[in-house]
Amino acid sequence: MVQAIVFLPLLGAILAGLIAIFGAHARNPSGDEVEHHDHGHDQGHGDHAHASAAHDDHGHDAHGHDDHHVSEPPAQGSRAAELITTGLLMISAALSWVVLVNVGFMHQDARIALFPWINSGDLQVSWALRVDTLTAVMLVVVNTVSSLVHLYSIGYMDEDPHRPRFFGYLSLFTFAMLMLVTADNLVQLFFGWEGVGLASYLLIGFWYQKPSANAAAIKAFIVNRVGDFGFALGIFAVFMLLKTTDFETIFAGAQGLTGKTINFFGWNADALTLICLLLFMGAMGKSAQFLLHTWLPDAMEGPTPVSALIHAATMVTAGVFMVARLSPLFELAPNAQAVVMFFGATTAFFAATVGLVQNDIKRIVAYSTCSQLGYMFVAMGAGAYSVGMFHLFTHAFFKALLFLGSGSVIYAMHHEQDIRNMGGLKDKIPYTYSVMVIGTLALTGFPLTAGYFSKDAIIESAYVAHNPFAYYGFAMTVIAAGLTSFYSWRLIFKTFHGEPHDQHHYEAAHESPMWMLVPIGILAAGSILAGYPFKEVFAGHDVEEFFRESLKMHPHIIEEMHHISPVVAFLPTVMMVVGFLVSWLFYIRRPYIPVQLAREHQMLYQFLLNKWYFDELYELIFVRPTKWLGRFLWKKGDGFVIDGFGPDGVSARVLDVTRNVVKIQTGYLYHYAFAMLIGVAGLITWFMFGLGGQ
Amino acid sequence: MTTWPILSVVTFLPVIGAVLIYFARGDDEAARRNARWIALWTTLITFAVSLILVWRFDAATADFQFVEKANWLASGITYHMGVDGISLPFVILTTALMPFCIIASWKSVTSRVREYMMAFLFLETLMVGTFSALDLVLFYLFFEGGLIPMFLIIGVWGGPRRVYASFKFFLYTLLGSVLMLLAIMALYWNAGTTDIPTLMHTAVPRSLQTWAWLAFFASFAVKMPMWPVHTWLPDAHVEAPTAGSVILAAILLKMGGYGFLRFSLPMFPLASHDFAPLIFSLSVIAIVYTSLVALMQEDVKKLIAYSSVAHMGFVTMGIFAGTTQGIAGGVFQMVSHGIVSGALFLCVGIVYDRMHTREIAAYGGLVNRMPLYAMAFMVFTMANVGLPGTSGFVGEFMTLLGTFKVSVPTATFATLGVILSAAYALWLYRKVVFGALTKPSLASIKDLTPRECLTLLPLVFLTILFGVYPKPVLDMSAASVQQLVNNYNAAVTAVKAAALVAQ
Repeated sequence: MVQAIVFLPLLGAILAGLIAIFGAHARNPSGDEVEHHDHGHDQGHGDHAHASAAHDDHGHDAHGHDDHHVSEPPAQGSRAAELITTGLLMISAALSWVVLVNVGFMHQDARIALFPWINSGDLQVSWALRVDTLTAVMLVVVNTVSSLVHLYSIGYMDEDPHRPRFFGYLSLFTFAMLMLVTADNLVQLFFGWEGVGLASYLLIGFWYQKPSANAAAIKAFIVNRVGDFGFALGIFAVFMLLKTTDFETIFAGAQGLTGKTINFFGWNADALTLICLLLFMGAMGKSAQFLLHTWLPDAMEGPTPVSALIHAATMVTAGVFMVARLSPLFELAPNAQAVVMFFGATTAFFAATVGLVQNDIKRIVAYSTCSQLGYMFVAMGAGAYSVGMFHLFTHAFFKALLFLGSGSVIYAMHHEQDIRNMGGLKDKIPYTYSVMVIGTLALTGFPLTAGYFSKDAIIESAYVAHNPFAYYGFAMTVIAAGLTSFYSWRLIFKTFHGEPHDQHHYEAAHESPMWMLVPIGILAAGSILAGYPFKEVFAGHDVEEFFRESLKMHPHIIEEMHHISPVVAFLPTVMMVVGFLVSWLFYIRRPYIPVQLAREHQMLYQFLLNKWYFDELYELIFVRPTKWLGRFLWKKGDGFVIDGFGPDGVSARVLDVTRNVVKIQTGYLYHYAFAMLIGVAGLITWFMFGLGGQ
Repeated sequence: MTTWPILSVVTFLPVIGAVLIYFARGDDEAARRNARWIALWTTLITFAVSLILVWRFDAATADFQFVEKANWLASGITYHMGVDGISLPFVILTTALMPFCIIASWKSVTSRVREYMMAFLFLETLMVGTFSALDLVLFYLFFEGGLIPMFLIIGVWGGPRRVYASFKFFLYTLLGSVLMLLAIMALYWNAGTTDIPTLMHTAVPRSLQTWAWLAFFASFAVKMPMWPVHTWLPDAHVEAPTAGSVILAAILLKMGGYGFLRFSLPMFPLASHDFAPLIFSLSVIAIVYTSLVALMQEDVKKLIAYSSVAHMGFVTMGIFAGTTQGIAGGVFQMVSHGIVSGALFLCVGIVYDRMHTREIAAYGGLVNRMPLYAMAFMVFTMANVGLPGTSGFVGEFMTLLGTFKVSVPTATFATLGVILSAAYALWLYRKVVFGALTKPSLASIKDLTPRECLTLLPLVFLTILFGVYPKPVLDMSAASVQQLVNNYNAAVTAVKAAALVAQ
């Protein structure tokens, strides 16, 4: 059954990929000669292309659009590809829920060995599927959201000519993500890790004609690679100390590593701390934590269903999953946990501040995702892994809902994404409006919605954590709760309430097709129902029973969370209400206040609007010096020093001598052959003499 | 065990093909077609015969197999051939890639077709010979002789600056080969034989180890190429015809690594151990430096050439780490790089045949008209980046893993290459393949022909197969690698123990 769950999406990806490739090949003739068209035709084509390039540039500015190019007819077999991939995903999703029940409640953990991968000496890595409760939770999240996103995409992408390719990528992503969560060793985890990175790269750059999409795709891949740099080193360090990459053996041997050190550039680092920090660096890249977050907002260049699936519900939570999976290591490295909590808390706050002033509907939700991931890491740092997983679980529903709801708005507005051009849409698209409100309620932690249970639990866990950054984590998450409420309602108010700002688009706005409405309806139900029924198993007394060995919780933390003072427990809810009221005041009651504020605090406003100037900073300290260094090494290092004093310098001298003697073109070959033959002849002669001498 | 000299057959079959082409005289279209077909069939048959080697190879033993020995020049020099787990993968790599080279040259070479095919067939003999020679003099002949057809290929069928390129190659290689020749003589003087298996079990005095190691190093480092003697490679690649680039990147570069494994490590273990820090430094510099340089290239072939230097840095680093994973990873990385870089040069050749330019700026948006090409190119780009699931990952990962145990700083800096390779490879892909198709010259470009699919798709398959299931290659070399590691460690620890006793 587990094999079916994991490999059905791969089958779908392959089939859709074949449909895409054959379809594309059928439309584009093969041949190795370039035809020479008459001038007029070339001109015409060039003009057309220029026009579309100008169009692309338009999509690059601050309020980008989801641009479709409806110049081509849809690919052959689009519907077949859609139905195959979606159908297979639905089967996987249904089976995942069965597995969750089997594993979580009936305790039927499984480990299925597939076949060997890399075997060399004591390095023994196999392909295997490991299913414990932690994995089962992820299977449910991934497959449920993925199947709904597949379904949604049938509607959302209906005008796109490259649908088979799109669905192939989506299924490929799902497969990689499933390999990630079922990994039984660090290397397979890394395979899934980079595999989702590839799928993310392909999907962000899905509209490959848009320069901004291509740039965002590369940025996502490279920033993730920076994290993977740490991840890889972490794997090497684990292998050096424990001679294995299998989770079971690592966890069994971890206790023996306490007190050991690794000499890392002269720094005698505590082995466990170093390993955890290196691995966490990978998690920071994948989960877009502070300093490595810059790729996530740009990733919104991809189609909206992709943002919902990859950049909200599943891939970006891989870092959280990884820390949870390695909880037996992190529990032994309190310093590393402190770092995790620090970065989590900082990200939660930082991303929320940036989210306050953004105007692109998708970017607001993206920063919100970034912030919520920070929350999850706070729980991880506190040692309350199941609580972090709880938020991962609920967040998947309401954040996918918010993204897909935004997609529905964008679809209704004909690919307008700037909320300043929206307004008053609640009468035009009431269904989308109501589900967006549900998603917002869940995100802001309105009592009894899913987010309420998981988010409050995180804040409580930070409060009781035995961690140097516990109070920092608590303060940041409480403040961020208020900010979250503010920017979420700002989005709702500016989009759905008030006066329409773009009459033309407003008039044409229409509710999305059924393909899209059904999945968001299901997610809306999930945003409410994913909380209460699961409260006990994720953050209550049943945690031990439910997760068993798959998580190593900090002892007593759940217990202490339940004995927290009511004032602290109510604080997040108070912040949520305050955020809502301020937002209501700013955008419904007195809309001139925010404008005035922005004018009066121009510096702060620009600082937030430009995302704390991280992109500019990185451009200055990484990108430009790297390019400069590359050019310098090429021209000066290779060109001037090595060649100048090496072959070119020597050749100039040699040429002087031989110019008149031999024909240049073949002269050196003869020289060479001659020198070699002389050598061989000399060698043989020497042998003869040597033997004669004996 | 073997009833017929199968290794010699594999080695010299291509020469028979070359002789056949020579006798099929004439320079009309029919003669050219004959030359192509003869070359193709020769390489295919050679490949088929070499598969018998794989079939009969016993991976459980580290000994040389299919051994042939005959008296040759003097009693010290014999015609001694044989393969073990380290050389067999390269023999197969060579015979497997040759048919692709012939097919890739099918249409792009139109002048002196017969001579071209003959050069390639001779080259194949010399390359297979290099990997299966078990006598130093025989090895030297094959090793250095291989350069002559390569020179011809670059010099006659190459681009406009071919003279400069082959001249540069000549200068670098000459120095190395002279030094290696001296070292061979010194070894003979020391042991009284040029027989490689014997030499591998002969202890070489410490001082001679150092000098001989340096002399061999001079030759292999150029071949590899290692920084700072790498600058011939980009020029040679740029000027060589497509198939020449493929062979250069896929096979000739591997001779250096093979040399290190066959000579430096087993014969001079102490010197290898002493010089390991030097190799580590050079490898790390190669990885970081050439990756940075690759970022700024404007010529497709140069970019891939520089990336080859970086990838070979992983190989040298892994080999001299002296650990099982490092060396096995080095072997695997060479095989994988042979497939991937060969395929990348084939990809460049395909668009070069259409547009006759290698400038990155001349391309853009190819995916709009060449979806099959884009897909194949994407697979090879990802393998070049070292994405898990492609063969590029396995070698890189193993060499880094093996080196980390020995030198943390080396492995750390080398891992930076993982970030940089993503940067240059994806940047290249974006500039060439992605984007809108705006350049009028590209407006009528066409997708892969069936012939081109025939060259690329098997390589796509192998890239992914070895990424997911590298076991065939790893198992083939495992026993020999383990023996090499054991001998190396034994020699190094013996000296360390002696030093302790002396204190």
